[in-house]
Amino acid sequence: MLHQIISAGFGGQGVLLLGQLIAYAGLKEEKNVSWLPSYGPEMRGGTANCCVVVSDEEVGSPVVTEADVVVVMNRPSFEKYENNVVPGGKLFVNSSLIDLRSNRTDIEVYYVPANHIADELGNGRVANMVMLGAVLKKTHIVSPKTAIECLAASFGERKAHLIPINEQALEKGAEVVR
Amino acid sequence: MAKKLMKGSEAIGEAAIQAGCRYFFGYPITPQNEIPEYMSRRLPKEGGCFLQAESEVAAINMVYGAAGAGARVMTSSSSPGISLKQEGISYIACAELPCVIVNMMRVGPGLGGILPAQGDYFQATKGGGHGDYHLVVLAPSTVQEAADMVMEGFDIADTYRIPVMILGDGMIGQIMEPVEFKVHQKRQVPEKTWAATGWSDKSRPRAIINSLYIEAEQMKAVSERLLARYAQITEKETKVEEFMMDDAQYCIAAYGTTARIAKSAVVKARQMGIKAGLIRPITIWPFPSEAFAKAAEQVKAFLTVEMSTGQMVEDVRLAVAGKKPVYFKGTLGGFVPTTQDMVNELVKLTEGRE
Repeated sequence: MLHQIISAGFGGQGVLLLGQLIAYAGLKEEKNVSWLPSYGPEMRGGTANCCVVVSDEEVGSPVVTEADVVVVMNRPSFEKYENNVVPGGKLFVNSSLIDLRSNRTDIEVYYVPANHIADELGNGRVANMVMLGAVLKKTHIVSPKTAIECLAASFGERKAHLIPINEQALEKGAEVVR
Repeated sequence: MAKKLMKGSEAIGEAAIQAGCRYFFGYPITPQNEIPEYMSRRLPKEGGCFLQAESEVAAINMVYGAAGAGARVMTSSSSPGISLKQEGISYIACAELPCVIVNMMRVGPGLGGILPAQGDYFQATKGGGHGDYHLVVLAPSTVQEAADMVMEGFDIADTYRIPVMILGDGMIGQIMEPVEFKVHQKRQVPEKTWAATGWSDKSRPRAIINSLYIEAEQMKAVSERLLARYAQITEKETKVEEFMMDDAQYCIAAYGTTARIAKSAVVKARQMGIKAGLIRPITIWPFPSEAFAKAAEQVKAFLTVEMSTGQMVEDVRLAVAGKKPVYFKGTLGGFVPTTQDMVNELVKLTEGRE
């Protein structure tokens, strides 16, 4: 098993956390993992992305250029990473903010209105978790349960009250692509 | 101990603390700020001292002082900052003091950019500062290895009274990977009888930490002592990893981040029927020349891959000594080579193009 994932969007959309949760959960499920952020002067409104590798084998290149899973949360990321999906791979598009359709016929494309769903749940900031829900439903890289456990561990007690809404977001995301 | 997902920079900080480092002096620079940040959080709790110096020059001289007093001490920086430290590093080498210096390389020359690169190979392995000296230079390719090397690095430094450099790059600093802090199998390191720790009871000769030798005979003696130590280090501490080299016809030479990508490339090339292998220097000083000399009897050609304009390739060529062609592929500007880039180069070699 080898998953090579790119998660991209603008700063503040939680694309790095989305990738981290896959990595944390992968480690918990005893896989080899790596998480590599684009780093630098990124801030809210700038672009941000990360590469995640989850593998049964030792992780070689942590830089992902041929991804089997790509998550794009905004339009510049769609334009930049659409072609990094390998044939047969999966592209997850945040259709709340991206009004483009992919022209590729050799990949599976899922349109998830992540921001709309997050807003309906009452917290726009869980849009990344909606996307993660969709990704995990379609790829089974890690189980959603492990992802939530890892989120709870990183939130600690102070933010424990936010766990239920994140859990709902995961479920809603999974429903959209069911 | 369970594996934890940690950034390379944080793992380096934790490893240093577990190795008994209680003093850290540094000045911030991207992409390694997580090291001083981690140390600033942890060292006070461990009864140690974290100090953000007014400059890199000040920081390395604080390292000089603490090392002279026998403490386990570390500093970290990235390329331009490491350049500023060179005078101090040369002094520390001459004064025969142990310390660990981390360089998370970024792209240069000049202030350059903050993206990963391997352009400081010459600086790290051929001196960097003035005068005849070497550092032991360890080049990690994973977060786990970075942590292990920091621990080992302190022991090597103490054993040979030599500054040890951990030469990573921005990617090793920023990547998160599982890491396990193994109970460190400490070497038997000699007692620091030379350390300047006070002379109130006058029970021993005065400890003098110095890098100034006006008398030619004295200076010559220091250089000869260093030379003998370097020979000993070369014999005992040289480390190299050979990957799929048993029947390899084409050998990639790469270190650090580039080497792990090269592993993926070797696997991919073999799936295409190309008998590729990898020689990865783990210590880049001392350089594992013998591994390359031996491989030169077996392979058709070498391909050195670096994130630079070509630096380690010179050491590979020296080791191969003209027996086989040694080609070079470099990425510049902060670009990291991809698996496919390397496979393409290997394909070119097999087709006799280059």
